[in-house]
Amino acid sequence: MAARDASTPTTARPVVEMSGITVDYAGVRVLDGADLTVHAGEVHALMGENGAGKSTLIGALTGTVPIVAGTVLVGGEPLTPTSVADSRAEGIATVFQESHLSPQLSVAENIMIGHEVRGRFGISWSRSRERASAALATLGIEDVDPRTPLEALSPATKQLVAVARAIVLEPRVLVLDEPTSSLDEAEAARLLGVVRRLCDQGVAVLFVSHFLEQVLEVSDRMTVLRGGRVVAEYDTAQVERAELISKMIGEDIDALQALHSERLEHHYAQSGPVTLRAASIGRRGTLEPTDVDLSRGEVVGFAGLRGSGRTELARLMSGVERADRGELWLDGAPVQLRGPASALRHRIAVSTENLRHEGIVAALTVRENIVLALQALRGWTRPLSRAEQAAVVDTYLHALHLSPEDLDRPAGELSGGTQQKVVLARLLATRPHVLILDEPTRGIDIGAKLDIQRRVAKLAGEGVAVVFISSQLEEVVRLSDRIVVLKDREKIGELSNGPGVTVDTVVEMIAAELDGLVTGDDA
Amino acid sequence: MPATMGASTRTAGPGGLRRLAHHTIFWPVVALIALLVANTLYSPDFLAVSILDGHLFGAPIDILRNSAPLLLVSLGMTLVIATRGIDLSVGAVVAIAGALSLSFIATSPNPGSVTTVLVAIAIALGLCLLLGVWNGFLVSVVGIQPIIATLILMTAGRGVAMLITEGQITTVNSAPFKTLGAGFWLGLPAAALIAYGVYVVVALITRRTALGMLVESVGINPSASRLAGVRARTIVWTVFALSGLFSGLAGLILASNVMAADANNAGLFIELDAILAVVIGGTSLQGGKFSLSGTLVGVLIITTLTLTVTIVGISPLVTPLFKALVVIAVTLLQSPRVRERLAARQRQRVAKPEEVAA
Repeated sequence: MAARDASTPTTARPVVEMSGITVDYAGVRVLDGADLTVHAGEVHALMGENGAGKSTLIGALTGTVPIVAGTVLVGGEPLTPTSVADSRAEGIATVFQESHLSPQLSVAENIMIGHEVRGRFGISWSRSRERASAALATLGIEDVDPRTPLEALSPATKQLVAVARAIVLEPRVLVLDEPTSSLDEAEAARLLGVVRRLCDQGVAVLFVSHFLEQVLEVSDRMTVLRGGRVVAEYDTAQVERAELISKMIGEDIDALQALHSERLEHHYAQSGPVTLRAASIGRRGTLEPTDVDLSRGEVVGFAGLRGSGRTELARLMSGVERADRGELWLDGAPVQLRGPASALRHRIAVSTENLRHEGIVAALTVRENIVLALQALRGWTRPLSRAEQAAVVDTYLHALHLSPEDLDRPAGELSGGTQQKVVLARLLATRPHVLILDEPTRGIDIGAKLDIQRRVAKLAGEGVAVVFISSQLEEVVRLSDRIVVLKDREKIGELSNGPGVTVDTVVEMIAAELDGLVTGDDA
Repeated sequence: MPATMGASTRTAGPGGLRRLAHHTIFWPVVALIALLVANTLYSPDFLAVSILDGHLFGAPIDILRNSAPLLLVSLGMTLVIATRGIDLSVGAVVAIAGALSLSFIATSPNPGSVTTVLVAIAIALGLCLLLGVWNGFLVSVVGIQPIIATLILMTAGRGVAMLITEGQITTVNSAPFKTLGAGFWLGLPAAALIAYGVYVVVALITRRTALGMLVESVGINPSASRLAGVRARTIVWTVFALSGLFSGLAGLILASNVMAADANNAGLFIELDAILAVVIGGTSLQGGKFSLSGTLVGVLIITTLTLTVTIVGISPLVTPLFKALVVIAVTLLQSPRVRERLAARQRQRVAKPEEVAA
């Protein structure tokens, strides 16, 4: 998969040399003697599960995390950055998540703030805008007017603006931490192309992503972290996928394969009675009228690119948003969902793709987060007793491999994977008959991913109707009994999953220009 | 819900002490004790309580009684702030409660009868509850920002009070009504008994039912709470209604203290004192986690401070300045950054002797 030859270790001195980096956080050693070298003109991937120390290592380089021991050399010069501004002055630029930009400011302001072009009379906004436009053009989005307020853009374009903000400084070292997590495939490919181009111009790129394929495609070398230590370093061209994954999670991945075959055995063609039926449900500007049936004991995957309507359909079916046409039928009777609370009362539970804003309640403890929905369902006047709480929490503690020490910590302090599990536990505590999961595995480590997928399979076995949405198609294909394919805010067909169905089947269906005409593959 | 105050009870050993020092209400309590000590140094019998006519008398009793209205208002304010809101209208509601109850008593044929007083109290509290519901409606249903929504009533409320009193300062003579603010039950000031009684009930309700957790959840992350099935609208509506009700009760106590309905000055700036008490108590204005015990300490600090100024003989005109100083001190001590600095300095001081020894 690696498109690049492995001729990277040049004779020239590496741009970044970090050695023996040790970081303590609240008395816990989160990074223990980590080494990292990045050469000019290479893409260096930092691999590891959540909590492995990737972000901390990056923080040590960019000056946001104080180090206890170790040295950082940039271009051979020792560097002790204490702020992002320090490291930026040394030519290290970080691409922030789009959520770290200012939505009300214009695109140009977001890109240029802190390093505006100054003329004799203060900031020259016209020249600043020109530089911003140039950066946007480099990224292939020159059609974005730099005067547009950022909030008017799609998440993908926002992410590209964040990249523009970093590259406008012409850095020696470019740090990208999960730059593609909010992008669809085409956008991600475009971004990776930009990364390659920058790297060919001699920029050293440090790249962190949970998307294994992207890492393998774009990187030249990689450093694998686990539990705060460097466990391996590879030339990407020579790395074996299975070995890499087992290095990252510290155990073999037979379990992953086993799960797949389990699912195949479990698979059956729609046999249970229909639980939730969406009849021509739609909403102006969001989703064309769509029919979907969910049956008991069935996993239905919603497949499609970002913006295809898969999330919108999930939100309409779960009462998060109100449909303005069509109706929902629950167990054979029409039902009005006035909101998530009303949906939960009808045993329809939903988790959305936006974990931070719509999932976790950061300052409440894990325990409180888990019982929240059940408690809300019962009303505040009937508090769960301590024993009831313990019973609920214990059940999912084991089922989802949560760690007991985390129970009384604020949920916001935990890794994304643990937070996803907490939200899942919260929904399961309400014993839903219909469970709609939008991107439950995005941005989380393989161990957590496995736990969640295994749980989904088990739930279906217990008779729950599950909707599973993921931008990683192989996941959808692996887990689903039936796949609803959406494109351009419209359902374009359904696939009954089976041995013949692969990721390619779905991709071909989306790629075919026969919107609305493609019918279900009844193989 | 597990009691959040559990951590403060452990004092054994230096570890316990350190944990105690990190508790949100540690520094406010220190400030309160310091104030009391300073007062005792100035007048040694400050903390003395004597019995006169079967009633308790003394500065501590005064503090309890004087703190009653502010405690009630701050109680509602704490809950409102926990949901990311703020209620600026409490002062106006205080004025309305006083105006309405006293005007009703003044125009009734028998101002001294208990029935008249009870009816007056019921009408006033009913209206104040309604005003709170109005605020809650504007915030949770119409979606107006709390500061604007309650600004409306803050401004309009005093006008309403003026309408009720017809611009006069209504003075009334009614023994049963006077009991509310100036009377004693079981040897203790009735006002204090009412306010602290309400406080205990609210504290129990928020922590023994799930109300506290749901209020915090809505304050921390409204969208996530909605998705988890929490009826955020009802919760926000409820806390504003409660804030109105408690302010009304505070207004009755204040009116009964002076037995005159002053639409302009009753409860003037009490919203600021209440917000201050909440902040001193460690509840963030950004909403989320709240501490009723913190609010209680905040209220006691503000009340003690006002009394101190009187006792020491400083002109009451400069009271606000002293309040400001205490607030600055307490908030600085609570700030994580300042604490870190102090801790670092302490470590240095500890480290030095070791260096000498080595």
